Amino acid sequence: MDTDKRGTEITQREEAVQAEQAEELLRGRPYEVLRALRGALRELWGDKAGLFGLLVVLGIVFVAVFAPLLAPHDPAQQDLSKSLLPPFWYGRGSLTYALGTDSLGRDVLSRIIYGTRISMFVAVAVVAVAGVVGTVLGLISGYRGGRTDSIIMGIVDTQIAFPGLLLALIILAVINPSANTVIIVLAINGWMVYARMTRGVVLSVRQTPYVEAAEMVGCKPKRVIFRHILPNLTSPLLTLGVLEFARIILAEAALSFLGLGIQPPQVSWGLMVAQGRDYVFSAWWLVTFPGLAISFTVLGVNLLASWLRVAADPQEREKRFAASISGTAGSVA
Amino acid sequence: MSDDLRPASDHLLEVDHLDVRFFTRRGEAHAVRGISFTIDRGETLGLVGESGSGKSVTSLAILGLIQLPGKITGGDVRWKGRSMLGPVGEKYAHKIRGKEMSVVFQDPMTSLNPLFTIGTQIGEVPRHHLGMNKKQARERTVELLDLVGISNPQQRVDQYPHEFSGGMRQRMLIAMALACEPEMVIADEPTTALDVTIQAQILELLADLQQRLGVAVLLISHDLGVVAQVCHRIAVMYAGKIVETGPAEGVFSHPGHPYAAGLLRSTPRLDVRQARLVGIDGAPPDLINPPTGCPFHPRCELADQRCRDEMPPIDSYDGGREVACWHAFAERVGAEAEA
Amino acid sequence: MPSLSELAQRRKPEHADDEPLVVVEGLTIRFPVGRAGFWGGQKRFVHAVDDVSFHIHRGETLGLVGESGSGKTTTGRAVLRRIDATAGRIWFKGNDITHVTGEHLRSLRRDMQLVFQDPYASLNPRMKILDLVAEPLVVHGIVRHPKDASDRVAELLQLVGLPKDAMDRYPHAFSGGQRQRVGIARALALEPEFIVADEPVSALDVSIRAQVVNLLQDLQDHLGLTYLFIAHDLSVVRHISHRIAVMYAGKLVEVADCDEIYEDPKHPYTRALLSAVPIPDPELQRDRHRQILSGEMPNPVSPPTGCRFHTRCPIAEDRCRTEQPPLEEKAPDHVAACWLT
Repeated sequence: MDTDKRGTEITQREEAVQAEQAEELLRGRPYEVLRALRGALRELWGDKAGLFGLLVVLGIVFVAVFAPLLAPHDPAQQDLSKSLLPPFWYGRGSLTYALGTDSLGRDVLSRIIYGTRISMFVAVAVVAVAGVVGTVLGLISGYRGGRTDSIIMGIVDTQIAFPGLLLALIILAVINPSANTVIIVLAINGWMVYARMTRGVVLSVRQTPYVEAAEMVGCKPKRVIFRHILPNLTSPLLTLGVLEFARIILAEAALSFLGLGIQPPQVSWGLMVAQGRDYVFSAWWLVTFPGLAISFTVLGVNLLASWLRVAADPQEREKRFAASISGTAGSVA
Repeated sequence: MSDDLRPASDHLLEVDHLDVRFFTRRGEAHAVRGISFTIDRGETLGLVGESGSGKSVTSLAILGLIQLPGKITGGDVRWKGRSMLGPVGEKYAHKIRGKEMSVVFQDPMTSLNPLFTIGTQIGEVPRHHLGMNKKQARERTVELLDLVGISNPQQRVDQYPHEFSGGMRQRMLIAMALACEPEMVIADEPTTALDVTIQAQILELLADLQQRLGVAVLLISHDLGVVAQVCHRIAVMYAGKIVETGPAEGVFSHPGHPYAAGLLRSTPRLDVRQARLVGIDGAPPDLINPPTGCPFHPRCELADQRCRDEMPPIDSYDGGREVACWHAFAERVGAEAEA
Repeated sequence: MPSLSELAQRRKPEHADDEPLVVVEGLTIRFPVGRAGFWGGQKRFVHAVDDVSFHIHRGETLGLVGESGSGKTTTGRAVLRRIDATAGRIWFKGNDITHVTGEHLRSLRRDMQLVFQDPYASLNPRMKILDLVAEPLVVHGIVRHPKDASDRVAELLQLVGLPKDAMDRYPHAFSGGQRQRVGIARALALEPEFIVADEPVSALDVSIRAQVVNLLQDLQDHLGLTYLFIAHDLSVVRHISHRIAVMYAGKLVEVADCDEIYEDPKHPYTRALLSAVPIPDPELQRDRHRQILSGEMPNPVSPPTGCRFHTRCPIAEDRCRTEQPPLEEKAPDHVAACWLT
């Protein structure tokens, strides 16, 4: 009868579950982490967009780290005899200068490769600084509440209302623009999102009975924050950080384009676009390739962030899973 | 429905071997496992069960509200003889939902939109289904509010939900459900979120409305006391299956299934002195790995090898009783219900 | 660390006429309404608890019953010093704890604990059962690391009827009833004398409630615990309570021995509450004379004048509308706040 077959199926499944649990116990923590990683990879494979995003990000990081080994030329080296060479598929072009050269004879490909470094450096630095400052302030604001909360949120609201670009211009008019000033300016402009988000999570988590239970049991505030509240922040912060990363890359490019960011002889994609502006119709490659680099990177990072958002939310994952297999399971009568 | 050449069925609602599954990463949860029951005109059926029984999923399936990761994987739901599932059925279902069949959900605090007056919200129903204009809808709404016992309906119709308490909001949801004079109302745990004294009021109201309007009711609850007041017949669910059905008096006084008996025993009674609270040992089963044979056997005192191996079929007994148990109406089952 | 059984021996005292373990006198709690803005100045208050007084003897269970808005949960939290009282005093073991804070309050936590209503939300889903139950011991410096307390945790789990290997699993692997047992084990970790059980079975299935209530009763017998058992209806508290106190709209309306409340309720609200509990017997239920109250609980921001129950009371008279009745003795050891009984 049907029940017999189901009976053996069920006992097999039960045994499998028990075996897995036993293994878990034996190996402890590392096993759980490995299993989580394996699970993540499997899901990434299911979401091709996310996979693409991850590959792009990994690729960019690789290029940034190994720039000196990858770039065929010194990005700052000028050679006026090689000025405005087109990309290699043109008659005048050659593989030595694969993507062409600019008006001063500098290799576009090498400049793009080195530009990756600056972009990465600025983006990582800003996310780190703004993220830490914003998260800490959000934690304090959410946990203390009352007047502290009002003050901090007041600052957040005021700063958000203030136009970011104007702030950048004002600051940069006073200080000489450079990679470091760009980082400062973008960090000042960017910490508020972290504060707001952290505060929101802290406020909602604080209401949960298990946090109250921790306090009832006698936990000091520090322990409550680190052990009970903070773990809820890791996935939203991660997603936010990645999204911000993309935004910073764009912002830095914009500032550099306006001349308020990276200054020569350093290279930045935005700067390259600015420098190639006058040659849009005659030497299109000077603007197009750095522009593509910007778009490509931002797209990849956004796709990764999108995948992260879904992967971090158990409910979303369940829905996706159900959608993927319900096609093969029974159908509506 | 003028082209319906099929003879109308005697029953208003027919659930026929309904099967609902949830596809989760941990495994496939079989929430409703081939259940069948019927509701006739003017009848009140109480669907009783605890967590994991599948009673709420059943009501969602009837209403067409099952979403991923859940899916109806078998069986049929018929209204007046016509199926409500499948692409054609869903069109039919859409027409009758809200009009011939309506629902009152559990939580009155979140079921009403805080941005609209209750007049607008309740009025939306007759405007959409009966084509009434604003004035007519408003009149109807005032009528309905009066029907459910809201004082000063003329003024209150323009107020917002937050100006009312939980009990009054639940009355409004009942009013909304009655707006188009439905033939059946599904009430899914309508009093669970309410205080005991308010619950008593709402149950009185439901019993009264049922008598006056002759509307059929599918009342879903985990509380046998709630069901006792309003229902003609009850069906007890456990782990996705209906284990006992029958007229309310019969099932309460002489339950045939050990789980029904156990549930009755666990319901504390103020009129009977008990030395100690009695419950049922163990816990509801995991729907992803349900037990073999009868799902109740791990917790049943009467369980033997047959119970572990084979799922008992639903057998019919005198007095319209149906029980799915190898030891139905066994001595110990009935006797302890009196204790 | 003494074992729990040794402790039980020590605690089997001769109580009854001792000084009560918990005494609450004139407890009043008001919350300001509206956000505590930067400039302050809000004048409206929620009168959550108004002049509530009771006592609980060692080894006794006081059932505190009331519907939502009655103030019972607030009272429970105030006794545990989670909320500050606006007025009144609280004594624990003879000491006035009304205004304790800081380290003194933390050390109080070793003697009084809370069992939560929601078994699904009161256990941190990221922590193993071992960590959850051992946390009180870690936090108060009794052990350095949860692993060091595994013997003690095993003992506690056994006490609440859970297997030892539950320690290594996470809460999501357990059912509601089992999670509630974990919550009880956690509450017992520090060997408290007094436990506030805040609707501990409301979120559980009917057939599981008995397990948890009986467990609490057994623990009381073995360990000499004292309970404040908060519930919203009278059917659950009957078996475990020695005495029962009924609250309505922030005030105590009746306090008596357990059987007395059920057999001879004096306050009309208590009678209505008893009458409202549905009986699972269709014939009885339909024929019964039920006192169905009209209306709803009054607005706690502006409670009615006089007796707070008069707006819904079937026997209210003029005096009830203007004068608030005090808690008076209507029978030996049986007090009620009503002009008409």
